[in-house]
Amino acid sequence: MNDPITRVLRAPAPQARAAARRFADRAAAEHSADLAYTTVASPLGELLLVASARGLAQMHYLDDALEAALQTIAAKRSPRIVESPAALDPWRRELDEYFSGARRRFEAALDWESMTAFQRAVLRATVAIPYGETSTYSGVASAAGSAHAQRAAGNALGANPLAIIIPCHRVLRLGGAFGGYTGGLDRKHYLLELEAGLSPP
Amino acid sequence: MKSGLPPFQVLLERHSEDVWRTLRAMVGTQAAEDCFQETFLAALRAYPRLRADSAPRAWLLTIAHNKAIDHIRRSARERSSEGVESAGEDPAAPDDAVWSAVAALAPRQRAAVALRYIGDLSHREIAAAIGCSEEASRRSLHDGLETLRGLL
Repeated sequence: MNDPITRVLRAPAPQARAAARRFADRAAAEHSADLAYTTVASPLGELLLVASARGLAQMHYLDDALEAALQTIAAKRSPRIVESPAALDPWRRELDEYFSGARRRFEAALDWESMTAFQRAVLRATVAIPYGETSTYSGVASAAGSAHAQRAAGNALGANPLAIIIPCHRVLRLGGAFGGYTGGLDRKHYLLELEAGLSPP
Repeated sequence: MKSGLPPFQVLLERHSEDVWRTLRAMVGTQAAEDCFQETFLAALRAYPRLRADSAPRAWLLTIAHNKAIDHIRRSARERSSEGVESAGEDPAAPDDAVWSAVAALAPRQRAAVALRYIGDLSHREIAAAIGCSEEASRRSLHDGLETLRGLL
């Protein structure tokens, strides 16, 4: 079967792309997909945002390939993940406001489910550090109820699934040294300057 | 929480055009949209149970085939009670003759032709999708092609 029949059967179907987008948006809105994602441009580079039915589940600096990042999420959380920019709108809006200096607190829902109890305690203590202020690893560890677990607190902060939104950049070493930051120290510096009301570098 | 399966979005992007083409051949452009949405919704629901080593393309086209057959049965019932609805191809398309010929095939022949020449499925996969023996699916394909050639 050479001929016009194959040619017609296999003719391009440009409608398929729009239909696929409609499907993904609806699957995300109705939560038949477990997770929805989108990528967002920011002053600190491209960000990957992932939401579940509970709220924002992950936000990472997208320094590596998107495919690899999604594959990891599929393996760790659920392969039922679709791309839907609309589903991430609430958080994208708040991020834009934050980077423009107009927002000091994030309010849209977060998904704390995938964390261990200790990590959740550390990250909740981190969220409580006010905008424009900083704390220390031991400060956060005590606020989480384990004053001596500084190192564990540092690990919990390093594994923060919600960069920027859970402000682990506000946690410094005792004495004011910068400490680490998963996204790189330049970004930590940028965020602290932004929150201090200085024009970022 | 199954490891090894690619993100569903990958399947959606990789196979949506072939799913659409298969549905277009089986139910026409008009009905393809609804069948497409039903196909991917059913696939998404069942996805975590898919074995990581199975062929997602044949799996998706099998679901698409089932949704198309559901649609064909439904509209046959509606037609017999209300006497409406054309096969649904785009009447403005220049390839009208081919679409009319395809629409005139018996559903099983149409399915065999679509799964073979759009989906590139093997005879075994086609038989599994249609739910018949390999022998019967070969015969449907052969008869479908004969009919198409005769009509064109």
